[in-house]
Amino acid sequence: MSEVAVMHHAVEPAESPLTPESWGKLGMWIFLAADAMSFGSLIVGYGILRYASTKWPVPSEVLGINLTAFMTFLLICSSVTMVLSLSAISRGDMRGLKKFLGLTILGGLIFLGCQAYEWTHLITERLPEFGFSFSTHLFATTFFILTGFHGMHVTGGVIYNSAVLVACLRGRYGAKHVEIAGLYWHFVDLVWILIFTFVYLL
Amino acid sequence: MATTGAHAEPNYIAVFWWLLALTILEIAVIYMPFTRLVVVILLVGLALTKAMLVALYFMHLKFERLTLWIIALTPLILCVFLILMLTPDIFPS
Repeated sequence: MSEVAVMHHAVEPAESPLTPESWGKLGMWIFLAADAMSFGSLIVGYGILRYASTKWPVPSEVLGINLTAFMTFLLICSSVTMVLSLSAISRGDMRGLKKFLGLTILGGLIFLGCQAYEWTHLITERLPEFGFSFSTHLFATTFFILTGFHGMHVTGGVIYNSAVLVACLRGRYGAKHVEIAGLYWHFVDLVWILIFTFVYLL
Repeated sequence: MATTGAHAEPNYIAVFWWLLALTILEIAVIYMPFTRLVVVILLVGLALTKAMLVALYFMHLKFERLTLWIIALTPLILCVFLILMLTPDIFPS
């Protein structure tokens, strides 16, 4: 045991009492805090603009919530497969990791597909029906900025998770790295929970 | 507040069912004949509860030490400041 600890310190000599687990995890949390501020500013900005506007449509009527409810369900499922992939690799179960991390990546891809379909449908059919366009009303602007910023995070997450999966299968990454990737992926899920409520339901 | 890996694994599937139930509840709320204020309070409450479940169990915040809590809470506090600073723009005196 002490040998392991000594080895560990030899690899990361600057390990601090702040984060005995790993610097990577601390780094990811700091990044997520900064990212949360970006999303926070966009959501607060959206709220202020909406409150200050005299005319604002009922979002659920224009946007529809069936597809989005499914997308929410999908992201929650992919968060679950992400934690299952972490518990798989923690047990050294590489097949489980492959299955669950693969499903997580697939969930992200389906989410992006749904979003691409939703945007196309909104821009070409739904928004003109209600007298809006891609860029003429704050309703559309805030919607596309918020969901677009989130969609880019999902895209980043899919690429990140794929890279982690490949590195794990090659034996270069371990449970520690899957946990850090998981933190990012759950954060993306968490933000979608807020966007779903503030942009679609409220 | 043990180090990660030392804590017992939370029941992820139970958290999943909670998230699913709260999502269904949220969708049900917008079809209920409540006043706008009640709907807003319920939806914001439900969304924050779901976000907390994800952070506490999926992101393991429940099992982390104080440092990560401080990092995680910082953006929330700053967002409250942001709202307070922007409010005069909506209600000009």
